[in-house]
Amino acid sequence: MSAVMMTRKVRKWEKLPGKNTFCCDGRVMMARQKGVFYLTLFLIVGTCSLFFAFECPYLAIHLSPAIPVFAILLFFFVMAMLLRTSFSDPGVLPRALPEEATFIEMEIEATNGNVPAGQRPPPRIRNVQINGQIVKLKYCYTCKIFRPPRASHCSICDNCVDRFDHHCPWVGNCVGKRNYRYFYLFTLSLSLLTIYIFTFNIVHVVMRSVNSGFVKTLQDTPGTVLEVLVCFFTLWSVVGLTGFHTYLISLNQTTNEDIKGSWSGKNRVQNPYSHKNIINNCCEVLCGPAYPSVLDRRGLMRDDLPVPTSAAEPATNSNPVPQTTKTTAPLIPNEHTPDDAKPSIADSANAHAEKISPSPREEKLPSLPKSSPTPTKVPPLASPETDAEASFIAKDKAL
Amino acid sequence: MAETHSLQDMRQQAAIAAKVFIQRDYTNGTVCQFQTKFPSELETRIDKQQFEETVRTLNNLYAEAEKLGGSSYLEGCLACLTAYTIFLCMETHYEKVLKKIAKFIQEQNDKIYAPRGLLLTDPIERGLRVVEVTIFEDRSLGR
Repeated sequence: MSAVMMTRKVRKWEKLPGKNTFCCDGRVMMARQKGVFYLTLFLIVGTCSLFFAFECPYLAIHLSPAIPVFAILLFFFVMAMLLRTSFSDPGVLPRALPEEATFIEMEIEATNGNVPAGQRPPPRIRNVQINGQIVKLKYCYTCKIFRPPRASHCSICDNCVDRFDHHCPWVGNCVGKRNYRYFYLFTLSLSLLTIYIFTFNIVHVVMRSVNSGFVKTLQDTPGTVLEVLVCFFTLWSVVGLTGFHTYLISLNQTTNEDIKGSWSGKNRVQNPYSHKNIINNCCEVLCGPAYPSVLDRRGLMRDDLPVPTSAAEPATNSNPVPQTTKTTAPLIPNEHTPDDAKPSIADSANAHAEKISPSPREEKLPSLPKSSPTPTKVPPLASPETDAEASFIAKDKAL
Repeated sequence: MAETHSLQDMRQQAAIAAKVFIQRDYTNGTVCQFQTKFPSELETRIDKQQFEETVRTLNNLYAEAEKLGGSSYLEGCLACLTAYTIFLCMETHYEKVLKKIAKFIQEQNDKIYAPRGLLLTDPIERGLRVVEVTIFEDRSLGR
């Protein structure tokens, strides 16, 4: 009775369920554990710095200045791909809103019929036929949806991800539909960079040893030893990983499907998503359309926080829903007019749920480099249509 | 006090009668397509042909967005050469079509669905999982 509803605008990312961390006001999305990602950054930046410091001056003079130039380009490409993979939305599927969840539950009950008391209800599975193959869609109890084909729930990030490949701790994010090609290009370019640095380290040591002797060379350029060690161990893992993903791409399979043996061929089960042609499969995965994020991270929404009032203030309640609605219509927490319907059903459900701890997640953002390429969903500075309209109006005025 | 609360509830509950969710159609794979099956809840409100036409146009638009062809490959390769930094200034083909879809749904709502007490929600707001159709109480029935 004494609580007043205070409404403030928040960005949608602050209210998203799941265990992701967001930075730069929702532009960057990563998993919670980022330790291994920082290690990856450190290894790449550290090794390349040593290469530019020790090898490049010698090689630029004695061999060709193109060597460090190409190394720099390759380094920037690797970093761009890494940051793009780590910071973008992998293809997270938003959880079902209460009405949708109820609708699905009713459908499930209708299909399963009455289950006698004491018996376990049958598993929630929907069978669909895709390109002539029966595929089972599983129900996700956390997200309250039937997972689309190829989607899977990541327990680390607590999200369903579309075309889930795997959760990669080295990039600190899931790898899914939206960032798989960046992940693949990252592993490919990192393989090339590792081979490149390794090769030129050897060349450099050989060239220097001819003049100065092996031991003196190592004394002059101590960084070389470290680089060779790092590259040697990285080579096996990264090149192997690139090879494995090249194989998966040519068959249009995900790591998840490969591990589970979904399309291994037992019981005549074939991969229904494959185009049966290596080139088509590669083109689809690597050069297909850039899927947009369906999580509106930076949209604004109303957040209703109950503020206990000490003095008798007039209700500053701009939210038309009285609190008793909760008890009368439990399935549909609040019914707004159509204009308000879209953003606020989820947030007031959340607000009711979070009544105990009303404070939103504070913006304690770790300091990440801001030079990263931002993921899609950032509106372009000048979209082609508005430019055309503006120029049309300008021409009109001029006439 | 109790009466005013329940009156408010009734007015709000009278607003939305039900919601129908048009599910995805996966028969052609993971491309975004919605089922054109006409839900029984809408039988009294809208013509079956009209509804199926809307969903079919929507499906065609999504197919256009996800089309694998020369232009999408070109866009992909060009973007790769620039390390995808080109997407900072340029809108992707998919985003352009999404804008078209938003406009289409707005148009359909204004012209066809709102006069019949229905509202289509853009599937992108539901994670491209469902087309949500909100059915409002028919006030002409004198409830």
